[in-house]
Amino acid sequence: MATEALGWWGVPLGILAGTLRGSAPFLFVSLGECLTEKSGKINLGLEGTLLMGAMSAYGVSYLTQDIVGSFWAPWLGVLAAGFGGMVLGVIHGWLAQQPRVNDVAVGIAMIIFGSGLAFFLGKPFIQPQASQLITFNLGAWSSNPAVQSALKVSPLFLMGVAIAPLLHWFFRATRWGLYIRAVGDSPQAAMAMGISTFKVRMFSIVAGSFLAGIGGACLSLYFPGVWTERISSGQGLMAVALVIFARWNPLQCLWASLLFGGAQAIGPAFQSVGIDSYYYLFNAAPYILTLVIMVITCSPQRTLIGAPGALGKEE
Amino acid sequence: MAIAQAAPASWLYRWRRPLEAVALPAAALLAAILIFGVFCALAGANPLAVYGSIYKAAFGSWSAWQNTLIRASPLMLTALCTALPARLGLVIIGNEGALVIGGLAAVVAGLQLGTALPAPLTQIAMAIAAIVAGGLWIALAGALRHYRGVNETISSLLLNYIAIALMNHLVEGPMRDVAFVTKPSSAELDPSLLIGNLPGSRIHYGLLYGLIACVIAYVLIQRTTFGFAARTAGGNIRAARIAGLPVGKLTLAVCFLGGSAAGLAGMIEVAAVQKRLNASLVSNYGYAGILVAFVSRHNPLATVLVAILLGGILASGGILQRSHDLPDATVLVFQGIVFLCVLFSDSLYGRLPWFREKPAT
Repeated sequence: MATEALGWWGVPLGILAGTLRGSAPFLFVSLGECLTEKSGKINLGLEGTLLMGAMSAYGVSYLTQDIVGSFWAPWLGVLAAGFGGMVLGVIHGWLAQQPRVNDVAVGIAMIIFGSGLAFFLGKPFIQPQASQLITFNLGAWSSNPAVQSALKVSPLFLMGVAIAPLLHWFFRATRWGLYIRAVGDSPQAAMAMGISTFKVRMFSIVAGSFLAGIGGACLSLYFPGVWTERISSGQGLMAVALVIFARWNPLQCLWASLLFGGAQAIGPAFQSVGIDSYYYLFNAAPYILTLVIMVITCSPQRTLIGAPGALGKEE
Repeated sequence: MAIAQAAPASWLYRWRRPLEAVALPAAALLAAILIFGVFCALAGANPLAVYGSIYKAAFGSWSAWQNTLIRASPLMLTALCTALPARLGLVIIGNEGALVIGGLAAVVAGLQLGTALPAPLTQIAMAIAAIVAGGLWIALAGALRHYRGVNETISSLLLNYIAIALMNHLVEGPMRDVAFVTKPSSAELDPSLLIGNLPGSRIHYGLLYGLIACVIAYVLIQRTTFGFAARTAGGNIRAARIAGLPVGKLTLAVCFLGGSAAGLAGMIEVAAVQKRLNASLVSNYGYAGILVAFVSRHNPLATVLVAILLGGILASGGILQRSHDLPDATVLVFQGIVFLCVLFSDSLYGRLPWFREKPAT
């Protein structure tokens, strides 16, 4: 391990590297979930969407790398991941808006269906090696290979960082942003304005699923950069908790994703300096962190500041 | 007189509610089977042959029935972990975690007591340890919901991952049996502590545990004041508070009961199937239990039937792989399709013409 030369400095460096790598999927899924929840519906199924995205991205990158070359193939994969996510989003968006159907239950069903479909279609892609996305070497100034490998940043991560303020602006300053907020806060008022709640929610869920699918592409084409059935391990669901923590604000989703990406890197970072007796417990850090954050930020008495008014309510 | 005229004496009319409650899930199941057939055809397998294989592997012979029932018993118990809190209006999906924690507690109790006590006493101690551990695990999600307003679906799901991490930590570290090299595991339970089989079969007594638990849960929810209070709170929590029902205590108690059922499933899995604690305990019985609960509409008696049905589908996973060259995830896809169809059928209650009340003329 290259970090050995750095001694204990390997731990903060490892966590920094892990933050840059591991926060990208959190960022995309949480932005997607934020967009969805702003319209008043929850999509718990983004866990399945994430897996579907990871599988489609890896599969398409592998299948097209001989045709379009190893630079463009992963980008086609990213697009495929988004579209794969959208397909699941359409199912969720339609079913969750039927009368007397609970959106949380649909989400659980979509986790099972989405992950099943991803494992089914992804079976042939577990062994072969697909082309990976390019990375920007922001650590080229350093002669230390550990620093160099830590500062390899994915363009997808930078895209996510750019989308967060864009989405913030979209909600605040555009007509469609207003529609989504209106539908999410008060469907009756939105209907009185002549807005179709069904169409707006469908748009939000499908667009959110597109983002979550790209989050899956981050997993399989950047870090860890493989396709296995255990690749997401609940990140799609943690992102749902993350949105609550971020108070449905896209900018705060960015900070929260960085925090979660960092928490995920604690286990591997300690392992790299030789402390591995608590490896599994350190790996549970993001889950424990999510739980602790929810305990601190939630309250039984009042609704949370920033929560869309119609969220989790039956029509 | 007017009332008597308003209610036609047609038997179809009189039985429309129970008929609807049976017909809609059955229709949803049928639709799911058809959609799954299309899916298989797209994947290059002959749907009719796939149906035949599933039937043969699940219910085709006594041996197949035994495989099915062995899988059905943990499903009945893990389904209660979702079904009971659902009557209170909570969506708990921490089944897998409660199962793992229950299995962990049972193994710890079994290894600690060893052969010091008579075997039946130790078995009871293992069961109690599993019930208490699983119960407290889900009660934690209930407590967070009630006292802190934390979404119980997300918290119970996070608890799954924490439980699995805890178990992995223990079997790789403090509890590891270094003599067993196949995979990191705890020491083996003494043979006298294992749950035996029903006479003349490979089916372990866990099936009886599951059946009894479902009957108890049914009586508790449908026939006691406790169950009535829980259902009232599930129907309208504000009305329940005004009526003076102890909503907090109900939440904790129902979550505890649900978790204890899943914990008992964990004890059965380690004491009848796995014989030691290792990662094989995490075998998706928890997640499949969520599906069983939703398909049975959170009715503990219907749970028994649905668990047997799903147990059969799980038992056919191997044969789909061997004789139709379909990946093992096929079973998961089928489960997802069934779940989606059943949820859609929920929106049809009261909307189909055959079950609708006669329009006033």
